[in-house]
Amino acid sequence: MNTGLKSPTGIWWKPAHKAERIWVQIAFAWCMVLFAMMPLWHLKGAQNPSGIRATVVPNDFAKRTYEFINTYKVGDDHGVPVVEPPPGSDVYLMGRMWAWEPVLRLRKGAQYTLHLSSLDVNHGFSLAPVNLNFQVVPGYDYGLRITPTEAGEFTIMCNEFCGINHHAMVGRVIVLDDAPPAPGGDE
Amino acid sequence: MTAATAFRTCPTTGLKVHAQADALIKANAVAATVSLLIGGVAAVLVLLTRWQAVHLLPADWFYRILTVHGMSMLIFFIIFFEMAVLYFASAVMLNSRVAAPMLGWLGFALMVAGALLVELMMWTGKADVLFTSYVPLKAHPLYYLGIILFAVGALVATCLFFATLVVAKRERTYQGSVPLVTFGAATAAIIAVITLLHGAAVYIPTFLWSLGLMPMDPEVYRLIWWGLGHSSQQINVAAMVSIWYLLGGLTIGAVVLNEKISRSAFVLYVLFISMASAHHLLVDPGFSPAWKVWNTSYAMYLAVLASMVHGFTVPAGMEAGMRIRGFTKGLFEWLRKAPWGDPGFSALVFSVIIFGFLGGITGVTFGTEQINIIAHNTLRIPGHFHATVVGGTALAFMGVTYYVIPLIFRKQIAFYPLVRLQPYFFAIGMTVFSMAMTFAGTFGVPRRHYDISFSSAPFAVQFNPAVDLIIGVMAVGGLLASLGGGIYILSTVWSVFFGKPLPVDAKVAAVPAAILNPPKEPPAGDVEHKGLTSGTLVLVAVFLVCFIAYYFVNWKLLSAVWRVG
Repeated sequence: MNTGLKSPTGIWWKPAHKAERIWVQIAFAWCMVLFAMMPLWHLKGAQNPSGIRATVVPNDFAKRTYEFINTYKVGDDHGVPVVEPPPGSDVYLMGRMWAWEPVLRLRKGAQYTLHLSSLDVNHGFSLAPVNLNFQVVPGYDYGLRITPTEAGEFTIMCNEFCGINHHAMVGRVIVLDDAPPAPGGDE
Repeated sequence: MTAATAFRTCPTTGLKVHAQADALIKANAVAATVSLLIGGVAAVLVLLTRWQAVHLLPADWFYRILTVHGMSMLIFFIIFFEMAVLYFASAVMLNSRVAAPMLGWLGFALMVAGALLVELMMWTGKADVLFTSYVPLKAHPLYYLGIILFAVGALVATCLFFATLVVAKRERTYQGSVPLVTFGAATAAIIAVITLLHGAAVYIPTFLWSLGLMPMDPEVYRLIWWGLGHSSQQINVAAMVSIWYLLGGLTIGAVVLNEKISRSAFVLYVLFISMASAHHLLVDPGFSPAWKVWNTSYAMYLAVLASMVHGFTVPAGMEAGMRIRGFTKGLFEWLRKAPWGDPGFSALVFSVIIFGFLGGITGVTFGTEQINIIAHNTLRIPGHFHATVVGGTALAFMGVTYYVIPLIFRKQIAFYPLVRLQPYFFAIGMTVFSMAMTFAGTFGVPRRHYDISFSSAPFAVQFNPAVDLIIGVMAVGGLLASLGGGIYILSTVWSVFFGKPLPVDAKVAAVPAAILNPPKEPPAGDVEHKGLTSGTLVLVAVFLVCFIAYYFVNWKLLSAVWRVG
């Protein structure tokens, strides 16, 4: 035997002893479990980061968002428009230095396609206190089919550094309990 | 220079050491320590700002100093140190000369010039873009140029490592195969080449982009940047594991149970590591689920397998080494009677534990495609990588420094009684710090964030009330680790510049005991393996249970959040 500092001489390609062999086999089996869990969760789980992925010119995304705001606007909150889209609809949320727009009013148990994009630099969509996090990249439209499973007040932090006022970039989501029966609601 | 003056013989190891290897190791180690000092001061400033009770810096300086912290630690400290490791593992361990010392100095000069340029840009506020510098955030062009210079310098030194391997082989300076430590360092060097090429592929276009000469896609930037950003952590892993084997051998004469298994595990790192960039992009809009699942798993977790193999073979080799020398009672006499007062040994043990239990388990869990939804960009991420890179890699580097000072610098260790406690301060501090950080992240607390009281935001964010307390615990752990880091820097700088020389045939000196009385050589040929690693089997079983528990708890946490797909 030798330490790791010494050159092994002769043929060192030898079968491993039992304890080492067993551990390698157990570790390999565990790695296969780790791997299998991801495809399995795509089939059986309700939380996947797949989404509808497309490229988008930032100006076009802004246009879509303003159109969305004009269609469903119900009020203002701290100068940010509040919108209440019908269940099943496409929802647009744009990030830019240093605000999320608009404020969303959603229904518990209804499904929406939440389109995320940025008009300038990378931002991070982080829904508190749920702890749901997605990267928001300029030039890319991330369409996530989301279903709020609880009613209440939620905030959207930015959790990707986006400049000097990054820490003040906070948006808002309100989830109402009285869910109307909705076409294409809960899947 | 004649052959007689170009080499000295190490009285401890009997190795022939080339004067140029000595000098290059010293230069790189000193540069690493200076970087660590800068990064360490930045660490304390960042910590005292994130601790809301103190909230030290203004916002602009917080993000600036956070950039300094990331670059100085993750790039400059780590890579300078790794260059020293490469010279040690090639020229010193193989009794060889450095193939082309002038190239080594050229590489070093480029690295120093690049690092200085980057530091200048950061401190003057021309690069407030954080470590990742995600396009289209823009820094001054010289910032990118500095990184390019540094990377080219590191690439030159890495190529010199390979050249030295060739020279040693051709000049027959060693018999048989290269030692396992050198083999591990070679895999680190291969990964370094892959990493530095990614660095060139991302920073050269970004440099041109910053000059207005070409466009840059933000998502393509993220993809290729992480080919640098994550792979560079993989250099650390391979270098750290090599140092685990090195310290095991130096401190207690740990043996290599099976060269085939340990070396194959290193090869797995080389083969599957370049996919690692994927697990930073799991909740990105640019990539398909199939791409994410395949790449993030490093092709079915085969690189994780490699770490789990080393996680067994390193402690098992230590156990076998101790048992061969008579510490055979029960399951753990070998561990109880180990030299816990040797800072090289305690640093080794804590490095293995923190890397495996805290860093490894959290890393694999957060790097799972779906679980990343409840981890991405929260404090869970820096909680994870402070366990791997700081508690794991940096602590292993500190441990080996206590052998480098007497063996290479030929100096006694200043403040040695304090140094014996240093790994304990650092390990306990980092454990508390990274666990608290990870825990705070579980509540969604964001990383890279100046003010989680949101005093200047239009809407208030309410975290779980426990978060304030957890952040306080994180601060205490961080300060304890900083104390450990401070002792390390003080002692190494003092030893190197003002330290007492180590007498050649010293019987008593302020150095680890194993330097004066090296562990006896293990018996040649095979030994009876029955019961040789039974204590380690218990330890890895505990590890596996923790791993499985943490992993499935996170699936449970994920299943409780909003439905998303």
